[in-house]
Amino acid sequence: MLELKNVSFKVDTEDGEKEILKDINLKIDDKFVAITGPNGGGKSTLAKIIAGIYNPTGGQILLDGEDITNKSITERAQMGISFAFQQPVRFKGLTVGDLITLASGKKISVSEACTYLSEVGLCAREYIDREINASLSGGELKRIEIAMIMARSTKLSVFDEPEAGIDLWSFNNLIRVFEKMNEKTNGSIIIISHQEKILDIADKIIVVANGEVKSYGTKKDILPALLRNENTSFSCVKL
Amino acid sequence: MDKIGKDLLKKVADLHEIPEGAYNIRENGGLGGRRTTANIDIITKEEKPGIDIIIKPNTKNESVHIPVIISKSGLDDLVYNDFYIGENADVVVIAGCGIHNTGDDKSSHDGIHTFHVGKNAKIKYVERHYGAGDGLGTNVMNPTTVIEIDDGGYMEMETTQIKGIDSTIRKTSAKLGNDAKLVIKESLMTHGNQYAKTDFTVDLDGENSSANVISRSVAKDESYQEFLSIINGNNKCAGHTECDAIIMGKARVCAIPQITANHLDASLIHEAAIGKIAGEQLMKLMTLGLTEEEAEEQIVNGFLK
Repeated sequence: MLELKNVSFKVDTEDGEKEILKDINLKIDDKFVAITGPNGGGKSTLAKIIAGIYNPTGGQILLDGEDITNKSITERAQMGISFAFQQPVRFKGLTVGDLITLASGKKISVSEACTYLSEVGLCAREYIDREINASLSGGELKRIEIAMIMARSTKLSVFDEPEAGIDLWSFNNLIRVFEKMNEKTNGSIIIISHQEKILDIADKIIVVANGEVKSYGTKKDILPALLRNENTSFSCVKL
Repeated sequence: MDKIGKDLLKKVADLHEIPEGAYNIRENGGLGGRRTTANIDIITKEEKPGIDIIIKPNTKNESVHIPVIISKSGLDDLVYNDFYIGENADVVVIAGCGIHNTGDDKSSHDGIHTFHVGKNAKIKYVERHYGAGDGLGTNVMNPTTVIEIDDGGYMEMETTQIKGIDSTIRKTSAKLGNDAKLVIKESLMTHGNQYAKTDFTVDLDGENSSANVISRSVAKDESYQEFLSIINGNNKCAGHTECDAIIMGKARVCAIPQITANHLDASLIHEAAIGKIAGEQLMKLMTLGLTEEEAEEQIVNGFLK
């Protein structure tokens, strides 16, 4: 179970201090949780704080009761947190096979690595030896990113907008990938998403806006209001 | 051959035992072993140190190993090797130099290799440089490669220097005939206070000739690298040069690509990029459970692979 207690995150800007996350309190122990909300509301920051990429300026993060607030990215990864980047990183020289192997944390056979690629709809034979460089499209990189998380198979997987950059045809397959992951996993999956179809397969939905948790509940409780745009609406103050 | 010699052979030529096919092993400035085949002759030069490697026309799928190993401190070795690749031949030449210097004097090896690639011949030339030893003496290598490719010939040169060479100036020059093609792939890593200079000059003289010069390097600690790559397009031709370098610590890299079109149909491209390892690359690998040091190692190894 992941627990966030009074987590806040402030950054210094030219106009002074800005609060990106304000006093976030969350307990996540469901299998499939979606975080949604308007752009700039703090969702990605929240994901990065869970993965250890950002350190909160206040509050505490607990994984299965253990305080991980001061743990590094590596330590959290080793404790069982996986994080799929919204914008996957390119590497000159490292191949898709290399990264899948590193993700799995052990020597795996080519056929095992290929299984993960096939799951995300990539023909393994074509991709396994390809470099993670500019020759891969954004959509291909996103799928490889997901395959890496599958290869890790940890107790907590956090996906930051996995659908961004994926074409419409692939999107339906992506939903199937997450449905399958949901069936198979013994841990928790947290997905940041704007897509109704993804929200629709979630056990719980968290709405984050203006750095705060606006609502948190079951799909039945949250989704109808969301679709009516009640929770996420925000007004633009005229100057 | 002693253990040090065997270790060096393994590093520079991937050889565990005596190689198959033709070979010439140069050990501490003398002959450490030689074998010729029906198609490949190796002859000791009379007027200066070195050998002539003569590959008969139409020789297919044969290889020549010509490793040089130096385990004596204070040895300055100079050698001239000439390769004559006959028409339509298709061969692999594996050269390499390993120095194990445990003494306090400078050990050096300057190899001057000249390749005469015949019409429609195909050659892959693999060259590895490696230094070891815990003495105060420096390991110095200054290889010079001169390439002449006749019409329709093809040469691929793979040159690698991964560790232990304190100072190196590597000069490679090439002249290409009609429809000739040259591919050069360089991998280089320097550390400590090492200095490495790469100097490529390619003259695309023939019609439809082409060259692709690719260098990937990593400079660590306080090392310094210079990369010069000159491609002259003197005919209807295609040339591409690319230098990609990662800098770490206080290392410095200077890249100077130069392309000159002396013909209207010369098509030339140069690319050069130098930078440190991107923070997000380290971060990504750390989210897979690697420490920062392990992530760095993976990125560097992949980059130089």
